[in-house]
Amino acid sequence: MSLLLETRALSRSFGGLKAVEAVDFSLSRGEVRAVIGPNGAGKTTFVSLISGRIAPSSGSIVFAGEDVTALPAFRRVQRGIAYTFQITSIYANLTAEENVALAAHRPGTHAGRDYLARVGLADRAAQRSGTLSYGHQRLLEVAMGLALRPKLLILDEPTQGLSDSEIESFIGLVRDVARDATVLLIEHNMPVVMTLAHRITVLDRGRILAEGRPEDIRASDAVQRAYLGTG
Amino acid sequence: MSVRIILLHAGVILALFLMQFLASDYVVLTFTRIMVLAIYALGYNILFGYTGLLSLGHAMFFATGLYGAALGVTRFGLGVPEAMLVAIGLGIIVSTVIGAVSLRASGVAFMIVTLMFSQAAFLTVLYFGDYTRGDEGIVISDEFRRFSLFGLEADLANPVLRYNLALAFLALAVAVTLAVIRSRAGHVLVAIRENESRTAMLGYDTARYKLLAFVLSGAFAAFSGASYALMFAYAGSTLASIQYSIHPLLWTLLGGAATVLGPVLGTALMFLLVDFASGFTSASLLVVGVALILLVLFFPKGILGTLRQRYLPWLP
Repeated sequence: MSLLLETRALSRSFGGLKAVEAVDFSLSRGEVRAVIGPNGAGKTTFVSLISGRIAPSSGSIVFAGEDVTALPAFRRVQRGIAYTFQITSIYANLTAEENVALAAHRPGTHAGRDYLARVGLADRAAQRSGTLSYGHQRLLEVAMGLALRPKLLILDEPTQGLSDSEIESFIGLVRDVARDATVLLIEHNMPVVMTLAHRITVLDRGRILAEGRPEDIRASDAVQRAYLGTG
Repeated sequence: MSVRIILLHAGVILALFLMQFLASDYVVLTFTRIMVLAIYALGYNILFGYTGLLSLGHAMFFATGLYGAALGVTRFGLGVPEAMLVAIGLGIIVSTVIGAVSLRASGVAFMIVTLMFSQAAFLTVLYFGDYTRGDEGIVISDEFRRFSLFGLEADLANPVLRYNLALAFLALAVAVTLAVIRSRAGHVLVAIRENESRTAMLGYDTARYKLLAFVLSGAFAAFSGASYALMFAYAGSTLASIQYSIHPLLWTLLGGAATVLGPVLGTALMFLLVDFASGFTSASLLVVGVALILLVLFFPKGILGTLRQRYLPWLP
């Protein structure tokens, strides 16, 4: 599998806090990678650096063979890095369909309908998205991510606030997406991670603590101590 | 574009056309002024209403058009059509430069930066009093307002020609506004207003779109200013003052921000209100103030904005 994304010695500090420190990370095309770690481990900062929402203090990011470290976020999106927000960030005053049409770069058309259908929101197309339930807003976020037709889809805690049945269909959706995109998933829900991820990266205090297949991560003592609990 | 939208806007233009056969000379003159200034408000609305950027300095672009046209015909020997085009061109250049700088700020800082630039422009007008004649202003004599275009002789001192020209310009401005807001770019402008960071994260170059809105509004302002100078034969520094930065904001808010016809309605209502109030009191601005407070209480989204919310969801 060829390399899609690589970070070299990627660091970001906020004042004295090293949120992400010297992270060397690589991701192959077609992979579903989960990033896990305790709260404050730097997961969201790390993917924000990749998506360009935050500038790194040092280090570099190479995406699809191109150094994108200096590119503003919107140019990275144009190159195929899509980020779905942890805290839902939709256009609350626009309809679900208008939201997705904007993401598809064809605003004012019905171009968003297919993506809404893929996440199961087809019947909500005309509803003002601010009035959708929380779970549906999360799914709308994902639909917007899909509409960007990314090479790399970054999902930041996508199942947070979803019901069990919604999580079930979400897992199917990610599998479907992974057929033509690479997925980077930040997730707290361990069953979801174990089911979906090909590989798992564990972050702790801004550094990579461990990396490997789900069964290896589950068996790792260091990960147990840092994150999964020793219980 | 749906038929009723076209019918509505064409209907308004037609009504304004027919009005000249019924109204008194005074009303015709007032409406000439309203239509010219409504162009200013229409452009301001693209920036403020649709893109969500509140500028407190658009008088500088209005003044660019105003002085560009006035000095163009009186000092540089330009004909009326050439002076109009030069003035609009200057408006585009000035707003591109000012926009590129001031759009680096956002929110309150953006308001202050535009206000400061505009005050600097106002003081510049006074500083070059030898050319601009300061607050006394340039009076454009009639000989500079005659022109021929496509073999037709025209004189802007003629009230009928002036009214219909103002109407044609207004119709053009409404059509351009409609085209802009229904275009792909127009949707992106609204997206920026609703959630700018999200719009950038969808891969849109938000800085470029904001500059586009800024320059469009600057061009409309200069178009309005140039028309004003040539049609009413006057360019004075009062028209470059802060008051003229606030006017389009009030007109837009009154009629309804982010509705196409709102600024036109707002401009007309404000003019008629001042006119009506000054008929029986010298404290006409007090009446205007009370009217604005009532507006905020009962029509928080402006007249057309509130109508759209309650009854006419299709209104653009």
